[in-house]
Amino acid sequence: MSARLGGLRVLLEVGVALLLGLALGAVLMALWGYDPWKAYQALFQGALGDRFGIANTLSRATPLILTGLTFAVGVRAGLFNIGAQGQMILGALVAVLIGGLLDLPPGLHLPVTVLGAMLAGALWSLPAAFLKLTRGVHEVISTIMLNWIAYWFTGYVVIAYLSQGRRSLQVDPTARFPLIMAGSDLSYALLLSVLLAGLVYWALWHHVAGYELRAAGLNPEAARYGGVRPNRSLVWAFLLGGLAAGGAGAVEVLGRLPFAITNDLSNLGTLGFDGIAVALVGRNHPLGILLSAVFFGALAAGRTMMGYRAGVPFDMIQIVQGVIILAIAAPEMWRIARLRPRRARTPAAAGPAGTGTEGTEGGEGGERERERRQA
Amino acid sequence: MDFAILLVTVLPVALRVMVPIALAAIGEVFAERAGVVNIGLEGILVISAFFAVVGADAFGSPWAGLVAGVLAGLGVGLLHALLSIYLKGDQIISGVGINLLGLGLVGFGAVVLWGSRSFQVPNALWVPGIPVPWGSVSPLVIVTVLAAPFTWWLLHKTAFGLRVKAVGENPEAADVVGVPVERVRLLAVLYGAALAGLGGAALSLDWTHTILNTLPAGRGFIALAAVVFSKLNPLLALFGGFLFGYFDALAIQLASAGGAGEEGQIPYQFVRMIPYLATLIVVAGAIGRARFPQAIAQPYRRE
Repeated sequence: MSARLGGLRVLLEVGVALLLGLALGAVLMALWGYDPWKAYQALFQGALGDRFGIANTLSRATPLILTGLTFAVGVRAGLFNIGAQGQMILGALVAVLIGGLLDLPPGLHLPVTVLGAMLAGALWSLPAAFLKLTRGVHEVISTIMLNWIAYWFTGYVVIAYLSQGRRSLQVDPTARFPLIMAGSDLSYALLLSVLLAGLVYWALWHHVAGYELRAAGLNPEAARYGGVRPNRSLVWAFLLGGLAAGGAGAVEVLGRLPFAITNDLSNLGTLGFDGIAVALVGRNHPLGILLSAVFFGALAAGRTMMGYRAGVPFDMIQIVQGVIILAIAAPEMWRIARLRPRRARTPAAAGPAGTGTEGTEGGEGGERERERRQA
Repeated sequence: MDFAILLVTVLPVALRVMVPIALAAIGEVFAERAGVVNIGLEGILVISAFFAVVGADAFGSPWAGLVAGVLAGLGVGLLHALLSIYLKGDQIISGVGINLLGLGLVGFGAVVLWGSRSFQVPNALWVPGIPVPWGSVSPLVIVTVLAAPFTWWLLHKTAFGLRVKAVGENPEAADVVGVPVERVRLLAVLYGAALAGLGGAALSLDWTHTILNTLPAGRGFIALAAVVFSKLNPLLALFGGFLFGYFDALAIQLASAGGAGEEGQIPYQFVRMIPYLATLIVVAGAIGRARFPQAIAQPYRRE
């Protein structure tokens, strides 16, 4: 298949998934007596209705780009790294610590704070890498456990040492990202996210280490045969992902109100988990992630207006996200019609001659499938 | 409280805490034997916990709630099976979608039904305990303890179990000899999802007596850890479930024993970390790596 046709199909699959998510969300809202049309109108108004809406959308997209990169880099290396949540939380904590407690000259304070947060995220990715390499612990299990440990640890530090009322102390103005648009939440943190996305693109597609990382992800055995050390690539993927996730915590705390962490960590939300959806919709490619982060940023920005005008609980957005991911999980969903006649074929018709090659063909299909999903 | 005494007094609590983790783990062992991974256990737990409360509330009976929980588990299992078996989708991504759907659905449902993000289950809808000489035992604890040997028997002593293992190890060969690969996988996934559904119902109706969208708090993933720990043996999955349930219960007892957060005490946030740390340590220390079926997480395509 030509590359252009493949690209079209990817667009079609993603488009169908997004529409399906919104459509099922509408059905659910209608079932419960909400007005879906009014709700989505409010969502659109809140997200893209005026320049403040657009600024809010981009501001919401800023950390999602980074946590999306975390997941995507993992997938490229053959990992299912869902540890962005915990790494993001620790990044936010370190951002508050450096940004709020350290006195540094303006111009230096912000970069040092961001760097510290990113390193904290990278550090928290290491236990999962270590457990996988030495003990064979699957990263889905280890990263979720690490997420919860980070959650309770940060909750403790915020309440025990940093609390000022219902939130931690705020970061100094010298450690905050300057605003792009006055009166909005849109800061130059967006620029940082976009730059990091570019950097990841460059590292993965224009640098040997990235090539090796992707090769190890596609087929570790073949990569090893070709001189790649898959284990090293794996550690790089964890570290790179951790840097990005830590950065997500930093941009959230240093880029928008309340410039702190609330006692219940609620202003950090599920930015880490949302990154999974962002990466999947963005097809685990930095450019796709930029676009899909804006889409999910719009959902996050518009949901307040949706709740305000149509009374819809904001959990609706999570349902929509869930359906979108489920639709993406089965890219052949829209080809059900084409699948059916094939399944109707009887085993006898396939014949013993055909069965001999079934195994290898099935395997190749799976491999192709995998490549296509990642491409 | 004396720590040694606590270690013993926590046992009855541990049994109750074990139920959701162990049931989900035992069911998942069965499904993984058929080659289907479901990392959406967390989502099944919360969705079935929610529908169990809805069902119990609607019919005024905890038993109806348990049935509703199992049905909800089956529904989610069917969705996962449809996507990953029939549509050849990615099992891991489907699982992530289920988890996210669970968060949203239960959050949305709680607000819509009860006007609040969390809901306390009234006493009348709690699962009644079975009286025994030393107090009472939850019937769900008994079901859980029996589910493990039953699943083991199903897997190793029945023709169906043989087919399950066959489609997990070598679906092509199973297909050649006439085993309906997709249907066997479907049944295995449904069995696992039904057990997880019962576990979710136990979570809300028998143990916490509450429902909110973060109720499982990672226990679905702890169940996955128990599956790894068990090396896909249902009996060891029960033991793993008990082990993790024990640490979980210990944390809960320590946190509520009073004094947590006061001077000289361990802050309760650190106590709450115990189950997650214990899971990491146990999984890392599990001797030898689990051997998973050959065809695990791979959709079967006949061409």
